[in-house]
Amino acid sequence: MTRRQMYERHQRRKSTLIATVSTVVAMLCLYVFVPMTPGWDKVQKSFFNWEVLQKTLPKLLDAFVVNIMIFAWSAPAIAVLGLLIALARNAKSPAMFPLRVFGATFTDVFRGVPVVLTVYLIGFGIPGLGLPRPWNSPYLWGSVALILTYAAYVAEIFRSGIDSVHHSQRAAALSLGLSEGQVMRDVILPQAIRNVVPSQMNMLIALQKDVSLLSFIGPVEIFRQAGVFKSLLANFTPYVGAAIIFLVITIPATRYADYLMARQMRERR
Amino acid sequence: MTAKLSLRNVTKYFGDTAVCNGIDLDVHDGELVCLIGASGGGKSTLLRCINLLEPIEDGEILLDGQDISTPGIDPQSVRARIGMVFQSYNLFPHMTALDNAMLAPKRVLGKSKQAIQPEVEHLFDAFGLADRMHQYPDQLSGGQQQRVAIVRALAMQPEVMLFDEITSALDPQLVGEVLDVLLTLKSRGMTMVLATHEMGFARQAADKVCFLQGGKILEEGPPKAIFEHPQEPATRAFLARALK
Ligand SMILES: Nc1ncnc2c1ncn2[C@@H]1O[C@H](COP(=O)(O)OP(=O)(O)OP(=O)(O)O)[C@@H](O)[C@H]1O
Ligand SMILES: [Mg+2]
Repeated sequence: MTRRQMYERHQRRKSTLIATVSTVVAMLCLYVFVPMTPGWDKVQKSFFNWEVLQKTLPKLLDAFVVNIMIFAWSAPAIAVLGLLIALARNAKSPAMFPLRVFGATFTDVFRGVPVVLTVYLIGFGIPGLGLPRPWNSPYLWGSVALILTYAAYVAEIFRSGIDSVHHSQRAAALSLGLSEGQVMRDVILPQAIRNVVPSQMNMLIALQKDVSLLSFIGPVEIFRQAGVFKSLLANFTPYVGAAIIFLVITIPATRYADYLMARQMRERR
Repeated sequence: MTAKLSLRNVTKYFGDTAVCNGIDLDVHDGELVCLIGASGGGKSTLLRCINLLEPIEDGEILLDGQDISTPGIDPQSVRARIGMVFQSYNLFPHMTALDNAMLAPKRVLGKSKQAIQPEVEHLFDAFGLADRMHQYPDQLSGGQQQRVAIVRALAMQPEVMLFDEITSALDPQLVGEVLDVLLTLKSRGMTMVLATHEMGFARQAADKVCFLQGGKILEEGPPKAIFEHPQEPATRAFLARALK
């Protein structure tokens, strides 16, 4: 072992030790002091009630399947619509001017309005038109609201990805005789999409959480189910259960996105 | 005999500055023409105009006597006949060297992969890249990447090749392998226009040397005349600096 490696190992051990000690101290403080607060007994009963958790968790998981389904059909629609909007905003020829304006307006509007408002307006507004049976479903229009909003963000990410491909790539592809469309499809987009995978992962994670906003317009997904249990049992623990279910999904997903991001940074260098 | 490629009074503005200011040039079949001149003289812009990557304001560009600079002409069909290689290689990083070279023949000429692959592999072979075909650009040296870029352009079987300072980004010891490719092409009768700072190569291999400055061809002639008896003071000054 070289002197440098020995030194580094020493440093690593030292910082591990410091981290461990400070974590233990912090946990002890929480463990000792939080129960000393005047409302702790009540909070523990109504938020961290083991029996309630056991009783409600299976139903919460059932409701979470609804979240997953809404997520599963919205995500591909978002990807496709987002890509189309990005391409519309990127269209070069003068004939495409209306398309560019449409793309810009779309992204401005749906990024400018809070998601929950869009969910309300579309989710209540369109079924309010009195459409026949399958077309008045809040599942449908709630998903549409999510799709429109997220497509606006995703489009901007795709667009930054397209801009991140150096223009000399376009010149080289054109010089070979490829058409603008072929240049985009075969040369620019594959690089652009690869460049934005980590950012789009983060959008997926955000979408996964925002599916819960649909609870405001009817669908019984996990957040709404937890609310039902809260009223029924006069206890907040189902919300904690719901949060745990989300975390089980989102923490690994976030870690994975961070890993992709870090790997990309390394490759760039 | 009419020239293969012929420029008549080609004029190109960026804003108010004429980057090509009335350029006349004839390139005959199988000729190697070198463009030399100080940075900013308009060499790259001229090549980009020939390949229709930049529209020209005035003048005409004739390929086999046909005006390819008329506004509204289909640029793809022209570019398919004129290959171009850039200083920065510009290989597509998400494809293997072979796929780089097969993309345009597949898309533009509509050839099937089976039809084109043997031809393209033969090109890789001919330029000493047979064992590199299946590698990605970032696994290749600069010299190899530039040779792949040349092969990629050749795969379209162009009638004319344009080279824009293709050795300027290379380590000195890799310049030779790329210039050798040009000599091979010349021996096969390829018509070529080369913008270069490699004065030794221009002197040895060119059929004609053009000195560009301020968007004009100030002086042109066989390399012997340009390098040994330059007429214009500006040419003399440039060569004195370049050959030092
Ligand atoms: N897209 C552009 N927009 C505006 N000006 C440009 C553009 N491209 C080139 N120019 C200008 O045109 C002039 C000629 O540039 P060009 O790249 O053709 O010169 P060059 O002879 O190739 O030089 P070098 O030896 O450095 O490659 C320069 O003054 C440059 O700043
Ligand atoms: Mg140049």
